[in-house]
Amino acid sequence: MRIPEQVHRLAIVLAIVIGGTLLTRFVIIPRSLVSTELHWAQTTQREATRPLKFAGSTACQDCHEDVAAKKAKSFHRVLACEGCHTPSIKHAEDPSAAKPTVLRERKLCATCHAYDPSRPTGFPQINVTAHNPLKACVTCHNPHDPVPPKVPKECAACHAQIERAKAVSSHALLTCTTCHKAPERHKTAPRTALPSKPDSRDFCGACHGQGAAGAPKEAPKVDLSTHGARNLCWECHYPHLPEGRS
Amino acid sequence: MNERREFLKGAIVFFPAAGVLAALAREVAGREAPAKDAGAKDAPKPYTPADHFYGMGIEIDKCIGCNLCAVACKAENRVPDEPFYFRTWVERYTIMRDGEVIVENISLGPQKETMADAREVVRTFFVPKLCNQCQNPPCVQVCPVNATFTTPDGAVIVDETRCIGCRYCIQACPYGARYLHPATRTADKCTFCYQRIVKGLQPACVEVCPTQARIFGDLKSRASRLVRFKRMNKIHVLKPQLNTEPKVYYAQLDGEVR
Ligand code: HEC
Ligand code: HEC
Ligand code: HEC
Ligand code: HEC
Ligand code: HEC
Ligand code: HEC
Ligand code: HEC
Ligand code: HEC
Repeated sequence: MRIPEQVHRLAIVLAIVIGGTLLTRFVIIPRSLVSTELHWAQTTQREATRPLKFAGSTACQDCHEDVAAKKAKSFHRVLACEGCHTPSIKHAEDPSAAKPTVLRERKLCATCHAYDPSRPTGFPQINVTAHNPLKACVTCHNPHDPVPPKVPKECAACHAQIERAKAVSSHALLTCTTCHKAPERHKTAPRTALPSKPDSRDFCGACHGQGAAGAPKEAPKVDLSTHGARNLCWECHYPHLPEGRS
Repeated sequence: MNERREFLKGAIVFFPAAGVLAALAREVAGREAPAKDAGAKDAPKPYTPADHFYGMGIEIDKCIGCNLCAVACKAENRVPDEPFYFRTWVERYTIMRDGEVIVENISLGPQKETMADAREVVRTFFVPKLCNQCQNPPCVQVCPVNATFTTPDGAVIVDETRCIGCRYCIQACPYGARYLHPATRTADKCTFCYQRIVKGLQPACVEVCPTQARIFGDLKSRASRLVRFKRMNKIHVLKPQLNTEPKVYYAQLDGEVR
């Protein structure tokens, strides 16, 4: 039997079509497009090689031994360096190439320590507007070892309440004896030798009066001649917890 | 007999040609296929995904709502800064005496004073949220182009070159953990910081958590902190009734949390 010419041609066309399909499927189309396995492997690889930003908890201690050692024993031992200093992998790889940020503002500490009713009880929280409102937290607390600063116990032994009030006030850094001359005997027989107390507006004016010579820069200034002019300063401001701003 | 000869001739040409094509295809594939452990070149021992299976533990009683996790996540993973794109975020739950539950995403920025509410508050606490890296992920099931899948080590990831941005997965996720990245117009989500975990590092959110409220670990390693955490605490997952089998495990989770 003889195969008709048409069938012969048809066979050739068919062969070309099949061949072409195979060629496209296996050679021209990249395999990643058709092989799920391969495309997933590539995606996984791409994810795995993305650049990092955080160097990680162990990256800083080799070069900053002192800070790391101090922090490791402190209340802040669990905190990541980069939580406060922002992601720093560039710095860890080459310290001169980039510097981590050093935030000294109160808002850094407030993110964790500001009072919030939803925070677990027992977590140390403060009222940020009342706790030494005018000072950066780091003037009193070392961020890498934030124990509450030792308050001198001398006068606190008997005047603990005043001491505590003052410790968190804007007068925290003034010693008691700045304002009270206390005879030595006051500490042994308190009632027989009472310390002095400020007795005039000018006493406070030495630090708070406008244009007062030698007054500390950070003390806010008022015009003594008009500010609460008819009263003693401590009739309005409690000297151990002065409030001037809300 | 002539025709049979013809046929055989054709076959002789065709089958070897197919063989050559197949070989060619394999060769091309070999060029494209990434070496399985290329990332291991600089690492001491090669990372084998199949040896690990990752999950996360979250201890509600420890979370102080400082939001550092959400901030760190954005930095590590180039999530847009706008305060409505998140791979992880923190919710504040406030449960009122009358039974109402107020949920507020504190990662959205300065909070409004819900506390001024005169009604009595029974309980209030924070709940960190992220992709639950489900073992039975609805988002993967709905993807029409196979662009999202689970890696052997248990992270659900998205191929941004293949994703067509149809948002099916965003709709399908019962935890709201996916979003459409405004730059790539593709779905984006938490990967457990895949780039970090393959190098043995912690995800960024776990790294910066100041109270260890987040615990990351390998479920395949009996010595991992996560396995211990699961053993030591009564564990809950979010929306267990959906049978998604999440791998984010919560301790001290309140029944009110959805
Ligand atoms: C390879 C050593 C090295 C590593 C690793 C390293 N640092 Fe440093 N770092 C330095 C050096 C050196 C300086 C001082 C640079 C200068 O003062 O010019 C410095 C300075 C700093 C400063 C002060 C910057 C300033 O403006 O005063 C901070 C904060 C800091 N590093 C944080 C970190 C943190 C966080 C890490 C871990 C992620 C880290 N460093 C890892 C070497 C290192
Ligand atoms: C609670 C947040 C916090 C953490 C956690 C923290 N730092 Fe700091 N760090 C600060 C602040 C705030 C300053 C600025 C201190 C100042 O000016 O008195 C600082 C200063 C520094 C400096 C500048 C030099 C110095 O001592 O003044 C270095 C270096 C530094 N930190 C490294 C580190 C390293 C390394 C770690 C991790 C082991 C770390 N820090 C963890 C908040 C933090
Ligand atoms: C990322 C969150 C975080 C930040 C930011 C932070 N802290 Fe802390 N702080 C903690 C944690 C956690 C503890 C430990 C609490 C505990 O032991 O229960 C702590 C403990 C403390 C304590 C000890 C409280 C006590 O129990 O007596 C002080 C003081 C303190 N921090 C001050 C600061 C200061 C100052 C800053 C800013 C430089 C700061 N913290 C920033 C998380 C933070
Ligand atoms: C002028 C010094 C001073 C400044 C500034 C200061 N503190 Fe304190 N802080 C203290 C003293 C003193 C105590 C201990 C008070 C006490 O025991 O009642 C204390 C206690 C704390 C405690 C422990 C509270 C507790 O319940 O255990 C925390 C937390 C704290 N401070 C955080 C901060 C933060 C955050 C800032 C900045 C926003 C800050 N402090 C600024 C002096 C200061
Ligand atoms: C042994 C306990 C003790 C110690 C220590 C002590 N005080 Fe007193 N202080 C007293 C007593 C008691 C009074 C009398 C209170 C009264 O009469 O109501 C007093 C009264 C005062 C008064 C009020 C005087 C008045 O005229 O009303 C001042 C001011 C004072 N102390 C300052 C200090 C200072 C400053 C120190 C630290 C150098 C200090 N005290 C240490 C126990 C003590
Ligand atoms: C900024 C100055 C100033 C400082 C610092 C100061 N005081 Fe006073 N203190 C006064 C003034 C002013 C009065 C008088 C208030 C009055 O007469 O109402 C006073 C009154 C007192 C009194 C008696 C009245 C009362 O408030 O109970 C005592 C006790 C006292 N101070 C103790 C102390 C102690 C202890 C310290 C240190 C912890 C201290 N003061 C630090 C300014 C100061
Ligand atoms: C009649 C009450 C009264 C008297 C008396 C008074 N003050 Fe004031 N003082 C205030 C009030 C109210 C404020 C709140 C700030 C404002 O709006 O003026 C204030 C604020 C201040 C401030 C903060 C100013 C600032 O810029 O933050 C200082 C400092 C101050 N007073 C010091 C003094 C001194 C020193 C005296 C005594 C010479 C004194 N005050 C007497 C009522 C008084
Ligand atoms: C030795 C200097 C000195 C004396 C004396 C002094 N103060 Fe101050 N006072 C300061 C300083 C410094 C500050 C600001 C602290 C800061 O910026 O952290 C301050 C802050 C204040 C404030 C502002 C508090 C706030 O939160 O806004 C008031 C009000 C105030 N003092 C009242 C008084 C009164 C009343 C007296 C007199 C009994 C007095 N001071 C005596 C140094 C002094």
